[in-house]
Amino acid sequence: MGIQIAMTVNGKAVDADVDPRTLLVDFLRINLGLTGTHVGCDTAQCGACTVHLNGRAIKACNVLAVQAQGAAIVTIEGLSPDGVLHPMQAAFKDCHGLQCGFCTPGMVMSALDLVERHPGADEATIREQLEGNLCRCTGYQNIVRAVQQGAAAMAK
Amino acid sequence: MYEVEYKQAKTVADAAALLAKTGGKPLAGGQSLIAAMKLRLAQPGTLVDLSGIADLHGIRREGDALVIGAMTRHAGIASSTEVKRAIPALAALAEGIGDRQVRNMGTIGGALANNDPAADWPAAVLALNATVVTGKRRLAAGDFFKGMYETALAADEIITAVSFPSPKKAAYVKFPNPASRFALVGVFVAQLADGSVRVAVTGAAPAVFRATGIEAALAKSFTADAAKAVKVDASGLNTDLHATAAYRAHLVSVMASRAVAACG
Ligand SMILES: Cc1cc2nc3c(=O)[nH]c(=O)nc-3n(C[C@H](O)[C@H](O)[C@H](O)COP(=O)(O)OP(=O)(O)OC[C@H]3O[C@@H](n4cnc5c(N)ncnc54)[C@H](O)[C@@H]3O)c2cc1C
Ligand code: FES
Ligand code: FES
Repeated sequence: MGIQIAMTVNGKAVDADVDPRTLLVDFLRINLGLTGTHVGCDTAQCGACTVHLNGRAIKACNVLAVQAQGAAIVTIEGLSPDGVLHPMQAAFKDCHGLQCGFCTPGMVMSALDLVERHPGADEATIREQLEGNLCRCTGYQNIVRAVQQGAAAMAK
Repeated sequence: MYEVEYKQAKTVADAAALLAKTGGKPLAGGQSLIAAMKLRLAQPGTLVDLSGIADLHGIRREGDALVIGAMTRHAGIASSTEVKRAIPALAALAEGIGDRQVRNMGTIGGALANNDPAADWPAAVLALNATVVTGKRRLAAGDFFKGMYETALAADEIITAVSFPSPKKAAYVKFPNPASRFALVGVFVAQLADGSVRVAVTGAAPAVFRATGIEAALAKSFTADAAKAVKVDASGLNTDLHATAAYRAHLVSVMASRAVAACG
């Protein structure tokens, strides 16, 4: 049986009739075409699917779309609505914080939650708070630098 | 994932009635349940979502006890000034669960109902002699945990809150699995208000248990050395791809001694 859901995604109201077992990540990618949110593992390990639910980073592969009923969702597409990179995105580009880029949308969404909860985080805190995001390419050094630079740019 | 129906409950009574009628399962943060459903290990015909029940959210003081609502997320507990003031070991434990995305969704009630053999919350509840409050009754920690993924909960019984009495001293230290951050071995040490010492171990056996040998040693001398000197029996402990029973037995004393040291 389908179920009616309504939420805002990147500031726009959306509603749909979904199968209750639809994952939030599939709703975003398939129903809404927001393919910037990636699926790396589908088992809540890698963080590639990270989006914000009411301002908090969550793994959209481990949340049902129905659990986002009435919520405000922000995906990577929501960070630069006018095509200008968000300071955190710009920092990733600047610091070479990505190689293949698969983990990057999740890293950026996670980094923004981290900066919000831990303003002025030091390197150790950044590494610890990015525990839920895996990268197979960079070795993390430049990701950590990017988060530091992005956080500094956002504080301005 | 098998087909499932989804219902939002407004009150605890409403949720219990829906569970009794449908034979379904409560849905809290979904961080364990959705994974189990994907693997087809869980097959609830109906999910009864508890997130809309206002009574289940929040943290409050009741006399000497700290009462945490079942739907309170790990992240909310980790950052709560009330928790940090009353029982800081609980805030630290919450901050060590999984990763920030998991902490932002997962709840204390879901973690206790799930009773994963390597979960962190059961150790805190057992060591602090907390009370698990359900829609039907109040359960002492010792009566709540029954075995691997097993609790005293009836199928239509909902955890509403956990009531932690304030201890004199408490600390939790775990040796995390580097991939999941679940406890390879986690030890919660508490000296309760009446001076008694309780030591609860997670990750080492099929379910959380009290390390009575270490408790006896700490009752005589509440020092890290006293905990470390206790040889823990490896029989009945888990052996898996991560660690042998003998290694886990060794870790129990080591984590206990670190926890005592962290009690200050
Ligand atoms: C990547 C990852 C890493 C993790 N690392 C850790 C870790 O390091 N330490 C740790 O302890 N945990 C860890 N977890 C588990 C996490 O803490 C889960 O949040 C928790 O086990 C379940 O909570 P939930 O709110 O998500 O419950 P759900 O998944 O929604 O429910 C779990 C079970 O409890 C039942 N239930 C839920 N709420 C209630 C209630 N109020 N009354 C009765 N029954 C209820 C459900 O029916 C279900 O059977 C991890 C999870 C993931 C995905
Ligand atoms: S795809 Fe969700 S955590 Fe990997
Ligand atoms: S840049 Fe390739 S996975 Fe991170």
